[in-house]
Amino acid sequence: MSASELPIISSLFSLLISLEIAAWWLMPLLSGCILATMAGPLGSFVVWRRMAFFGDTLAHGALLGITFGVLLELNVTLALIVSSIVLALILLPLQQQRAIPADAILSIIAHGSLAIGLVALSFANHIRVDLMGYLFGDLLSIQWPQMLLLLGVGTVVVALLIWQWSGLVAVTVSPELAASEGRSVFWLNLLLVILLAMVVAMTMKIVGILLTSALLIIPASSSRPWASSPASMALMASLVGIIAVMGGMLASYYWDTPAGPSIVVSALLIFVVSIFGRAVSSQLRWS
Amino acid sequence: MQPPLESSAVQHTESRSEPALVLEAQGINVSYRRRPVLTDISLSLAEGLITTIIGPNGCGKSTLMRVLLGIERTDSGNVWRQPGLRIGYMPQKLNLDDRLPLTVAGFLKLAARMTLEDMAYWAERLDIDRLLNRSVHNLSGGEWQRVLLVRALLVRPQLLVLDEPLQGVDIQGQSELYQLIPKIRNELGCSVLMVSHDLHHVMAATDRVICLNGRICCSGHPDHVSVDPNYLDLFPSHPQSVSGIAHYTHRHNRSQVPIDLANAVCNVNSSCQQMQTEASHTISGDSSVGQ
Repeated sequence: MSASELPIISSLFSLLISLEIAAWWLMPLLSGCILATMAGPLGSFVVWRRMAFFGDTLAHGALLGITFGVLLELNVTLALIVSSIVLALILLPLQQQRAIPADAILSIIAHGSLAIGLVALSFANHIRVDLMGYLFGDLLSIQWPQMLLLLGVGTVVVALLIWQWSGLVAVTVSPELAASEGRSVFWLNLLLVILLAMVVAMTMKIVGILLTSALLIIPASSSRPWASSPASMALMASLVGIIAVMGGMLASYYWDTPAGPSIVVSALLIFVVSIFGRAVSSQLRWS
Repeated sequence: MQPPLESSAVQHTESRSEPALVLEAQGINVSYRRRPVLTDISLSLAEGLITTIIGPNGCGKSTLMRVLLGIERTDSGNVWRQPGLRIGYMPQKLNLDDRLPLTVAGFLKLAARMTLEDMAYWAERLDIDRLLNRSVHNLSGGEWQRVLLVRALLVRPQLLVLDEPLQGVDIQGQSELYQLIPKIRNELGCSVLMVSHDLHHVMAATDRVICLNGRICCSGHPDHVSVDPNYLDLFPSHPQSVSGIAHYTHRHNRSQVPIDLANAVCNVNSSCQQMQTEASHTISGDSSVGQ
């Protein structure tokens, strides 16, 4: 073997490695982008309807769903989606009653179900459960089947959002006007809550139970000062989310920081820049 | 002075040939926390007529309107609407959250069944075409009222429901709006249901008045209602001149309201002289001022 062949082989080898790394990074990156795309519009609805606590409760309650999935040996992601939807359907009527304040109900259910989930998981001794992964997200471990599931769910969510967009916005702006115009407020609210449950269940995989509502709310809040219509705010929120995912994953790659929290930190940076940028630009306009 | 409620209704049918009904309510009862708000309300809205519900603040006007629209629960009774009835609703107030970015055009486009042609037409008609690209969050009261009216018109209503259409509108705007409502009715051929606490203003623009104070006190043509003792009981004073109208809460007991009728000069509309009365007292909120 001549010496001149060695560099070619080694460079081929390093190319293969970098391709492998790229492929390894591509899946979490794509998954993160799909999720950020969904979280943009849903997060906007959460901000418009003051449902931040609702989304948080869904995320906390999801641990119970994970526990069921693990104990019954089901697909955890599917168990997560189903349990989030069930929880959302339980929460919806509970918000209408007046006996206990809505925020107290949400807090009780959020922490109650988180605690039950943690206790129940301790009985599942025979199965190794990555609790930290659920609490803070485990984006880097995403595999092909999960990404395909994510892609499927994302397509359904976005399609439903586009299909019912004006109805959903109309109900958010004024349920009474929408009802008087013959829109079915009940079904539109139900649709929104189910979509939110699906997105929360999927978002958990990226940033974990504790940071899920951050990924819903921060991109939407960052885009509010610059948006002039509900649709533009939702699209900008998706874009901010995608940039945050990319930034967070770059940080995670270069500084070896945990991916989920890094994504939230980069979203937070965008939020701060957005708010200051808005303040500065309005100052410039008036002066 | 206080005839029995049931026998007091002034019945004046506007026409012998029964016009088709668009909406009919029977035996409506609504209460909040066991306090009755609406008691045994039955009414019907005929095609093409302008009906005004009138009563003091807190008499259940808005609640009744919401019941008729089907967006408020009732304890008993039922509401029949013409199948497929298109309703344009202009709420008394609509507070939009600042967190939702929305232009006037964006708000109007949310109306079910709207078309851009209709929007351009009504926007020009109600003089809001210059506002279309403005944010809904910084409109004046009068501008916002006109935007809400356009939204109600965009659904091509067969029944137009206007809840206190005068709030936040200046005097000039008020008379313009009231002149417009019959025109809109004629143009669209729709029925109109209005709520007001001021019969004086709606006199010229209404075919039928329903006087409400928890229950229907009297109803009929405005000329007749304005001299009905039940109406005078309810409005012992010129509504516009009494800032204390807000003291009139739903808790007031009709039989305890002290009344001192005196004729006053009507300086706005001469056709309503009969109903101009001046109260020489104030009515306290807890209605403990008995006689």
